[in-house]
Amino acid sequence: MDVLLNINNLSVKFPTRFGEFSALDNIDLSVAAGEIHGLVGESGAGKSTVGAAIMGLLQSPGYVASGDINFMGEQLGSLSAEQYHAMRGQRISMIFQDPQTSLNPLLRVSQQLIETIRQHSDVSYSEARKRAIALLEETGIRDVEQRMDEYPHQFSGGMRQRVVIALALCTNPELIIADEPTTALDVSVQKQILALIRSLCTTRNIGIILITHDIGVINEITDRVTVLRSGRVIESGLTAQVLGNPSDAYTKALMAAVPRLDKRLDRFRNIVSDDILTKENTSWVVEGANAQFASDWLLQDHQFDKQQQDNDARSILSVTNLAVTFYSGQPGWFKRDEGFKALSDINFTMRTGEVLGIVGESGSGKSTLAKAIVGLVDPSAGEMIFNAEALPPGSQRARTHPARRQIQMVFQDPYSSLNNRQKVEDIIAEPIRFYNMTSDNRKIRQLVASVLELVEMPQSAMLKYPHQFSGGQRQRIAVARALVARPEFLICDEPTSALDVSIQAQILNLLKDLQQTFGLSILFISHNLAVIRQISDSVLVLRNGALVESAQTEMFFSAPKHEYSQMLLRETPSLAMLQEQQ
Amino acid sequence: MINAWRRFSRENELVYLFLRNRVAQLAALIAIVSVGAAAFANFIAPTNPYDIASIDIMDSLIPPAWNADGESHFIIGTDDQGRDLFSAILYGTRLSLTVGLLSITFASVLGVTVGLMAGYFGGRFDAIVMRIADVQLSLPAILVALLIDGIARGILPQDKHDSLMIVVLTVAIGLSLWVNFARTVRASTFVERNKEYVQASQIMGMHPVRIMLVHILPNIMGPILVILTVDLAVAVLLEATLSFLGVGVPPNQPSLGTLIRIGTEYLFSGEWWIVIFPSGMLITMIVSINILGDFLRDALNPRLR
Repeated sequence: MDVLLNINNLSVKFPTRFGEFSALDNIDLSVAAGEIHGLVGESGAGKSTVGAAIMGLLQSPGYVASGDINFMGEQLGSLSAEQYHAMRGQRISMIFQDPQTSLNPLLRVSQQLIETIRQHSDVSYSEARKRAIALLEETGIRDVEQRMDEYPHQFSGGMRQRVVIALALCTNPELIIADEPTTALDVSVQKQILALIRSLCTTRNIGIILITHDIGVINEITDRVTVLRSGRVIESGLTAQVLGNPSDAYTKALMAAVPRLDKRLDRFRNIVSDDILTKENTSWVVEGANAQFASDWLLQDHQFDKQQQDNDARSILSVTNLAVTFYSGQPGWFKRDEGFKALSDINFTMRTGEVLGIVGESGSGKSTLAKAIVGLVDPSAGEMIFNAEALPPGSQRARTHPARRQIQMVFQDPYSSLNNRQKVEDIIAEPIRFYNMTSDNRKIRQLVASVLELVEMPQSAMLKYPHQFSGGQRQRIAVARALVARPEFLICDEPTSALDVSIQAQILNLLKDLQQTFGLSILFISHNLAVIRQISDSVLVLRNGALVESAQTEMFFSAPKHEYSQMLLRETPSLAMLQEQQ
Repeated sequence: MINAWRRFSRENELVYLFLRNRVAQLAALIAIVSVGAAAFANFIAPTNPYDIASIDIMDSLIPPAWNADGESHFIIGTDDQGRDLFSAILYGTRLSLTVGLLSITFASVLGVTVGLMAGYFGGRFDAIVMRIADVQLSLPAILVALLIDGIARGILPQDKHDSLMIVVLTVAIGLSLWVNFARTVRASTFVERNKEYVQASQIMGMHPVRIMLVHILPNIMGPILVILTVDLAVAVLLEATLSFLGVGVPPNQPSLGTLIRIGTEYLFSGEWWIVIFPSGMLITMIVSINILGDFLRDALNPRLR
């Protein structure tokens, strides 16, 4: 195969006020025609910087410090700005992550395609339109003649991404850089888009660089893969070889952290550990604070015994016929609107100490369910029983209602779930003070430090502000805040979906540890089936606000009953194939 | 100590940018000097322009000291009543800044409260309050201030006018500026309200007032700070304008605006200094405060960098 792109010793640097930051450090990479080359790594690995460097679109003040990029015999570094401009889009094009923002919402799809085609080649309008139709058909859009004159918002997410791909193909490029092309899509659509990319690559003989954080996707369609970490190449080679038989410790750790769809592991082993405990100052401690102190605090009300809990398991939460309807924002002064049914007819029961996983695609109402339970939205029908007492809807739930302490929540986005203007100490101390659990300031301080230790953070973390921590560390703080209120019931709304896989594995391990030590009942919401399999005892599948299937986890994964569940399981990219090969 | 400062100045965005922005530093210096001179006017000024006994009408309209007719103890001359212009400017700046600061405090407390509530609760309260704000925004601020000033004069008894004038001015200027605060705070609150840390407090059952004050307010201080500085300049300017129009402070307590008004009457007869020096002071002060406001806006807005 002829080599399309060859990157030699590429280094990219960003000068900052803290000194020069090296985004890419001596990267070598080559892509052949008809080949999909995957770039995988965690956030900050420099994956997107590689794409930007090839396109000549490095964000200022970044610059290429050394090395060269050779594209079909041409040195890209020596091109003038105009030559580069002609090359970009014409011979190298790009597919972006979010189809919502990569299409102009004010132009019809046909206009965007035809404009691009005519920009790059000298053809008549009708000729360009014909080409546009052919391209849209090639990318799998039906009724092209009618649909191409619609606006982007009239297309679904998957269809929009197809349009973006058609747009990238407009100029017959030789190389396409796809930056997280399926990250914003649901699994069922993801698979189709990946299949489309694969078939285009083969039929048109284009080289594709696929940038992603998802090892499942890499395994699914790439021929070769390069693993990046902090701007360095860790490992590179044929996908089956690198993923199947990784030689580097980091790649192994990365693979170990990917949740498996095919079997439940007790804990993730041999993963990259958060080095905050070794890097940070652990000698700073609050007197009398340690993890044991936090355990005693958490078990103050009830001596927890796993055996005993299993024996007299009672229902902690049961939901009957729950429905939530949203009305459009404006207060209905003149007319009443029909509303949008976010949830209807939801029934389930949870036992104490059970971990219930709720799975569904975007818009399935999983978060709405969590919000209805914690009282952020009012159900329009149905009832909830918590600890054998009716749980009133949020607007009627007293501020001092005991459930407000007993039910705690961990949110999806650790960057917005902590108040950035408060010190970690105040963030964690807030529930203790608010619920009047103790007013002894010395004890509160000890508790904060102890709970931090319990979630595997140094005690000195309490002196800092949230922005000084990484996403995973912030999520630990969020867990600490929820725990310190001594909850019986914890709701985790996609707690790991904003995190890298290895961090996700750490947080899942932590949650499992805490669950087993303190016998918490956890409602765990996720769009990721593999994660659900790792953590939950039973599963609920939601689709468009309706309950599709509920089953014990092992039953569900071995023999899903509902068609939709089967489809979800089938479409989730996984490492299963690979593991079978081993 | 020095190391701690170095680290702080590198890690604190605002300090870092300030130390690299010469214009902002100059503006800050001028603003501090003006505020300082105004605050310590009674120590710096050679005479007290409020003390009628020390004023001699025979000293009126003396040109600046470097002029042939000038006198050395009136550095920049005297006004029509024989007051030392330098002292009058210092005391005038003090009055202008006092009115400016008081009214901006009034406007910000009112505007932030209304904005927080409108942004947090939304619904009808938001709709009504924001329509009132829209209506007021369609009237020029000076007109609103004049209107309130006029009503106050009508209601208050004649003999209380002079003593209450500062209060009336403060309320008039404050009421014409609260809209800026309310609109910005409402928009920022709207964004913050939907963040998860606010939801976390709502779930706990925290009182809305506490959520607004403890959680939301500290997170929207950036925009508030910007409006505070920019609108301080506007408030000082409004005071000067009102005084210039003759509806501001009483003439025996000269503010910058009053001095400029007196000065314009003498401008064409050759006594230029009465108008030039107070105007120069006003302009320098407003420009420096505005530059500081712009600097804050750029520094606190992550999207511009």
